Amino acid sequence: MNTDDGAGREPNLEGRHDTKGRAFWRGLKLMLTTPGLVLFATAIGFGALARDSGLTLGHTVFLSAAVYALPAQVVLVDQLARGASIAAAALAVTLTAVRLLPMTVSLLPYFRDQKSSTALRILTVHFIAVTAWVEGNRRLPDEPRQTRLPFFLGLGIGMAIMTSTGSAVGYYAATGLPTVMAATLLFATPVYFLLALFLGMRTRTDMIAIAAGALLGPILYRLLPGLDLLLTGLIGGTIAVLAGRTGRS
Amino acid sequence: MSAILDDGFGGYLVLFLAGFLAHEPWRWLGLLLGGNLSETSPVFVWVRAVATALVAGLVMRLVFYPAGVLTKVDLPLRLTGIAVGTLVFFYAGRSLGLGIFAGAVTLLAGVVLFGRPL
Repeated sequence: MNTDDGAGREPNLEGRHDTKGRAFWRGLKLMLTTPGLVLFATAIGFGALARDSGLTLGHTVFLSAAVYALPAQVVLVDQLARGASIAAAALAVTLTAVRLLPMTVSLLPYFRDQKSSTALRILTVHFIAVTAWVEGNRRLPDEPRQTRLPFFLGLGIGMAIMTSTGSAVGYYAATGLPTVMAATLLFATPVYFLLALFLGMRTRTDMIAIAAGALLGPILYRLLPGLDLLLTGLIGGTIAVLAGRTGRS
Repeated sequence: MSAILDDGFGGYLVLFLAGFLAHEPWRWLGLLLGGNLSETSPVFVWVRAVATALVAGLVMRLVFYPAGVLTKVDLPLRLTGIAVGTLVFFYAGRSLGLGIFAGAVTLLAGVVLFGRPL
């Protein structure tokens, strides 16, 4: 596996004088490192699910590119397969998408000082999903300001390519994949998310946020499924900010 | 395999409406709200903590209450996998690749050696 361990923590010196095109390319190339491969593996699972549910290959790839967030894709396919109405399916999808709001808000300050059109910004935020967020969260602070937007756009497009091709591969290949291998591939995703959070950890607040979120996630899922992730974020994040502050003074 | 969506334009329209249009506005709203936020503002620190806790919560939800074939793998094996992955990650000098590899191999070995047949 091609790794780039912890590179995000070192100032990216060789990137200092990059042009926007080169920064975009650097971002795009990340699709062939660990995060891209893990996303590819997860998308294989989605492709298989989509096929089982009766989607065509075109639908599967379209959905991966247009939504570009695996939980929402899985929920939508599941709703359609159960014969839910479009409105009910849309509502379920919207609930999974609320989590993208804090992720988007927390990445945007990195792009603040750059001149870019609204259209380009709307395109850029399309690529905010968990994988791009964890990568952006740990890499953008070390990226020179003037190349952050093209770098992230490259990263996002690269990850979208991986998830789309992964779902296409899964659509064709997953029927022949042994179940134990499918389970192993699926398991790589939570492990990756957690380790990437550790890599992006910069402050005491981050550390407490990870611990609080990890603790609250499963509990709130049992108590309030549907709102659990949002509440986990709000409660865990607030605890982290308050506790992080107390620790500093 | 039964077709749940129209093969032509209609199927794509359903995916566009219930997929893209139900999903994307949250990104647009984030763009609207976060556009003028500074990296050093307290609001940013809080929103970042919220997003971090949310992703950590998602991780543990995926481990404790997974979907698909992972439900057939017993919880102790999933927990061992994520614990070994985390330990190897830190012992190997924060190596993302080695950590994920170790976590996945632990799960695989656990299923093969001790697990219920999948």
